[in-house]
Amino acid sequence: MSKHPMQFVPTADFKERARGALDDDKLRKSFRGAMDFLQAKRRNQFSDEHERESLRDLGSAIRKYALARLPDLLEELESKLTRNGIQVHWAENAEEANAIVLDIMRRNQARRMIKGKSMASEEIELNHYLAEHGMECIESDMGEYIVQLAGEKPSHIVMPAIHKNKADVAKLFEENIPDTPYTEDVDELIQTGRRALRRHFMEADVGLSGVNFAVAETGTLWLIENEGNGRLSTTVPPVHVAIMGMEKVVAKLEHVVPLVSLLTRSATGQAVTTYFNLISSPRRSGELDGPREVHLVLLDNGRSQAYADEQLRSTLQCIRCGACMNHCPVYGRIGGHAYGTTYPGPIGKILSPHLLGLDEAGDLPFASTLCGACSEVCPVRIPIPDLLIRLRNEAKRNPNETVATPLRGQGAKHSAAERVVWQFWSGAFKSPKAWKALRWGATRLRAFTPGAQAGWTQHRTPLKPASRSLHDMLKDRDQPE
Amino acid sequence: MSARASMLSKLRACAPATAPDMPDVAGYYAGRPASTQAERVERLRAELTASHADVHVVSHAGWAGAVAQLLHAQGVRRLVRQSGAPGDSLARALPPALQASEFGRPLDEWKAELFEQVDAGFTVADCAIAATGTLVHLCGPHMPRTLSLVPPLHVVLIDAERIYATLFEAADGERWAARMPSNLVMLSGPSKTADIQQTLAYGAHGPARLCVFIACEQGEAA
Repeated sequence: MSKHPMQFVPTADFKERARGALDDDKLRKSFRGAMDFLQAKRRNQFSDEHERESLRDLGSAIRKYALARLPDLLEELESKLTRNGIQVHWAENAEEANAIVLDIMRRNQARRMIKGKSMASEEIELNHYLAEHGMECIESDMGEYIVQLAGEKPSHIVMPAIHKNKADVAKLFEENIPDTPYTEDVDELIQTGRRALRRHFMEADVGLSGVNFAVAETGTLWLIENEGNGRLSTTVPPVHVAIMGMEKVVAKLEHVVPLVSLLTRSATGQAVTTYFNLISSPRRSGELDGPREVHLVLLDNGRSQAYADEQLRSTLQCIRCGACMNHCPVYGRIGGHAYGTTYPGPIGKILSPHLLGLDEAGDLPFASTLCGACSEVCPVRIPIPDLLIRLRNEAKRNPNETVATPLRGQGAKHSAAERVVWQFWSGAFKSPKAWKALRWGATRLRAFTPGAQAGWTQHRTPLKPASRSLHDMLKDRDQPE
Repeated sequence: MSARASMLSKLRACAPATAPDMPDVAGYYAGRPASTQAERVERLRAELTASHADVHVVSHAGWAGAVAQLLHAQGVRRLVRQSGAPGDSLARALPPALQASEFGRPLDEWKAELFEQVDAGFTVADCAIAATGTLVHLCGPHMPRTLSLVPPLHVVLIDAERIYATLFEAADGERWAARMPSNLVMLSGPSKTADIQQTLAYGAHGPARLCVFIACEQGEAA
């Protein structure tokens, strides 16, 4: 196994998987339908352009402020959580985070875990790790439960089973849940899922969840959901473990107010979700329910690399709404699995190189038309196309070049031949004499242009220099150049 | 070096020397037109109704009777109520056939019973947010976290005086930052999901039905 046993498919096969996805009509239809639906719902929520833009300004300022003070805020968060009775753990990478969770389970003689939705736990492949150590892990978010039954991974960070239609789910439930007849009635399917999971909530020894925002000022974990599985997972089992990327902290409770509005409206086009679950402490004396232990795992796992560079730091402003993928012409056509990473779509393209290295995720920054739809909808104004270009440059950079903030896998896409072509090109542009010679040569030797021009001629006619340059034609007409 | 020390030192090594000014969230929400209580009641009713909740505007004298009627009509046989004066008033209004108890014991002692035998939970919301149709519960010794979550029917009483216009006003007016309970829950409708082909379905894992009684001076007597 590779150094990343956690990764379920090598990202290196991105191009092949993308081709496969493009040929899959059913998948294309599922994603087209979902994208249209989510785009329309978001649009309805932001009908007042002035309000939308000023709220995005505020959201962006709040996230920038939090990142500028990140080490201070993490220490403040830790001290407030500890004061409240929540135990804080720090994990530099996936292995450490997994070991912390396993250790908590073992200390509590736990065997069964019920999980609310957590992308951070997907990122560290927690289920896989715990299963290897004899623990049972059940996903309880309906979408996550569906992909777990199917032995798959989420294809969207907000709607994990977005690639499946109701017939897929009907078949899956019929085959995997006892006494379940085939039905495409969505209400019935959801009730089946509810019944199947109910026992697991009751019997679980540990509940695991993600975190949407952590408030340093009060020591509060703010969780957002619609189903109630997040509340059940964090309330019913005797132990609750939350895991979050370390960038998700904000300074003040009031800072979450505009951020939740941006998040739910951008993500699913809802003014609010059914539940906001603000956890500040385990069960206190005199209380009749709630977990007796609450833990928070703070995860770095490559985030500090993005943090080190002033431009790339803006990647960490993300509040994980998924609007960038919902509006991305590439994601909408190839879906989430083709990326082969936990976070697909535009945010995945700018985040995965830090989590996995450019050697693993180097194709992703190139899988973009740079149309800018992502940054146009981003609620916290992450300049995604700028970051894509930057990451392309880092992937193409000479691996031996020394830079101030080197990225893991620098130069993974470096090509000496390509470098020579660019050097030739820029040399020709810099000197009028060289340019003139090139023009003269290109117009005379055009017959020798090859007919097959790598990727270009796959769907297009070959490029061929014109017989006369624009420069020459203008000269004939006696026009100034 | 511990993971903590290593993570913090990496961040400290490259954190900007000066942070930008603290964003002015209060300034952003300041100067919005004030609303009347009647407007807030109407907005709360409309938003909750849009989120698939049943909403009843009732009088202070009549709410218990109205809740009792609804529970009877829903065929509720076993209700668990939040302890306190409103719960006691409701208990007095209920027909004898309807078993209504307080949460009473630690959940661990009767988990299966709560999950399998209780038809409805009754709670009193601490306050509400009109703009999004949201009911706020401050969980603590008298407000168990699971009471608003596990039974399939959730009945909530909210005093019209306690409705704020927006989330910002509620958080500010109630000084949440200074007195966070162990668990603060905002709920805005029955549990739902659209995880199967973007089709909305209710009763995913929490209550499938949410019935809200807004008690105010102008409310109808039962």
